[in-house]
Amino acid sequence: MSTHDTIRATTAGLLAAAVAFTSPSLAGGQQKLLNVSYDPTREFYAEFNKAFAEQWKQKTGDAVTVQQSHGGSGKQARSVIDGLEADVVTLALAYDIDAIAAKSGLLPAEWQQRLPNNSSPYTSTIVFLVRKGNPKGTRDWDDLIKPGVEVITPNPKTSGGARWNYLAAWAYVLKRELGDLSKVGNPAFEQETAAAQRRAQEFVAALFQRVPVLDSGARGSTTTFAQRGIGDVFLSWENEAFLAINELGKDKFEIVVPSISILAEPPVALVDKFADKHGTRAAATAYLEFLYSPVGQRLAAKHYFRPSRPEFADAADVKRFVKVELVTIGQVFGGWKEAQRTHFDDGGVFDQIYKPK
Amino acid sequence: MTEPAWVRWLLIGVSVAFLGLFLIVPLVAVFSEALRGGVGAYFTSLIDPAALSAIRLTLLVTAIAVPANLAFGLAAAWLIARFDFVGRSVLLTLIDLPFAVSPVISGLIYVLLFGLQGWLGPWLSAHNVQIIFAVPGIVLATVFVTFPYVARELIPLMQEQGSEDEQAALSLGASGWQIFRRVTLPNVKWALLYGVILCNARAMGEFGAVSVVSGHIRGETNTMPLHVEILYNEYNFVAAFAVASLLALLALATLGAKSLVERFSGAGQRGGGAA
Repeated sequence: MSTHDTIRATTAGLLAAAVAFTSPSLAGGQQKLLNVSYDPTREFYAEFNKAFAEQWKQKTGDAVTVQQSHGGSGKQARSVIDGLEADVVTLALAYDIDAIAAKSGLLPAEWQQRLPNNSSPYTSTIVFLVRKGNPKGTRDWDDLIKPGVEVITPNPKTSGGARWNYLAAWAYVLKRELGDLSKVGNPAFEQETAAAQRRAQEFVAALFQRVPVLDSGARGSTTTFAQRGIGDVFLSWENEAFLAINELGKDKFEIVVPSISILAEPPVALVDKFADKHGTRAAATAYLEFLYSPVGQRLAAKHYFRPSRPEFADAADVKRFVKVELVTIGQVFGGWKEAQRTHFDDGGVFDQIYKPK
Repeated sequence: MTEPAWVRWLLIGVSVAFLGLFLIVPLVAVFSEALRGGVGAYFTSLIDPAALSAIRLTLLVTAIAVPANLAFGLAAAWLIARFDFVGRSVLLTLIDLPFAVSPVISGLIYVLLFGLQGWLGPWLSAHNVQIIFAVPGIVLATVFVTFPYVARELIPLMQEQGSEDEQAALSLGASGWQIFRRVTLPNVKWALLYGVILCNARAMGEFGAVSVVSGHIRGETNTMPLHVEILYNEYNFVAAFAVASLLALLALATLGAKSLVERFSGAGQRGGGAA
């Protein structure tokens, strides 16, 4: 390579860099939204974004493109805190959006009151995905700690879905020990509840002893279980379980619904400061509201999220969701802030019970 | 003196088996997985807008990182090999830093520096400059992890060659620029080329550091390696392997270009010597 070429190549590179620096602001005439989301929503938002763009075009005449970023919920929240300029966030649990509000002030602390159903347009739950024929005979949570059973779940420190897994298992033991979850938090049953909490901790500790691989996000765990063939039971988001069966073969896996599980409410929120910076507040707000519309609800159910307004969804889609007793995080754990502090913060219960092999 | 035939054949057999197992089989697997859905599906997944954007971004980042490191590497190697100065060993250590730290840490350094909660983040945000979770951050992270390749190739060679040639040129009245063009550069040409090729390969394939600063915005801040991961996670195996095969092709093309340049400049050198 001659020196002239080198100089030319360097100049070209620097020019390209200059263009790259300035081009995002030249996009004008067309609005762009960035939706920072968690792992299992990829397929749903791919379809929903198209529907929203069409509806927005009809209503306002403006073109809008929605860009997506997916990853573990906690990691995604961290990126927004560090400056990933999301107009909206659609994450796995309220705590991650609380963290954005608390650590960066990009949206108000009371964000969750701004949209219906605690800002969760759709809900989900945790089910078991097992190999076809259910060779280990897994029926309920107790079967997970039987000898010789390997369990797959992502890491509760980084994955929203894994935190729901953990809390669902915990809630199951409380229900088994107490018979009635309304005893939790009732001073009259304080001793009984404390004993049940100890049993729950033992159970969850035993459960995590059986996890050979802790991936950082739900989709990574799906791959570990379904593609790499590791483990007997995969604690999975309901929609991930359906998706794995559809994408990777009905003859390979089946879903087992336990006797009790948790009502997972993946919330959505406008990131005020970034939306205002981009001048996209109107479109971003309409985008989130569209999630609650008949179209949004129908698409959510189609992609295996439980719609908050089932009457808008196709009856056939709704029929796929098995009826199961679902406990809420407020009911058993005193809300996300409390649950996060007790269980998942550094030095919390999870750190105490989980010892990597 | 030669080894007995069976020893030679055994050694050759082991090497070929090893190469086959660790290089050829994965390469073949990538292409066969990519073509599993037929040639049509292969090209459809390559002209998908998100894939095209990933390819563009990777080429852009490489086009910036490689020339930048060519200049930095050459300057640093020249400084270290030709001069003795205070802080020389510190500079040498700093050049090795990107080799020593995990790429993930390299990425995190930029998040700490340019992130909204970082040192420069608030100022940058107020002035509407986006570094991380945008192209500049990806370029910075790539330049950082590929920084040592050129310098590290050049330093031992230039130290070994010493500065006699340059001093001779100087005593014959050559200017600094002439010395650089006529003496220094031709002497280190092959090492430089080798460094550039390594640098190029790493720049195109870097995953860890880029993953931390990318923000994973589909169609905007995903490089090819990141896009491969995303496609794989979306159960889109044909597309994932198609993009992966393109990365492999780029690597093969780099190697091809290397041997081609070697041949041509080798011939040029001989011709020049005769004239």
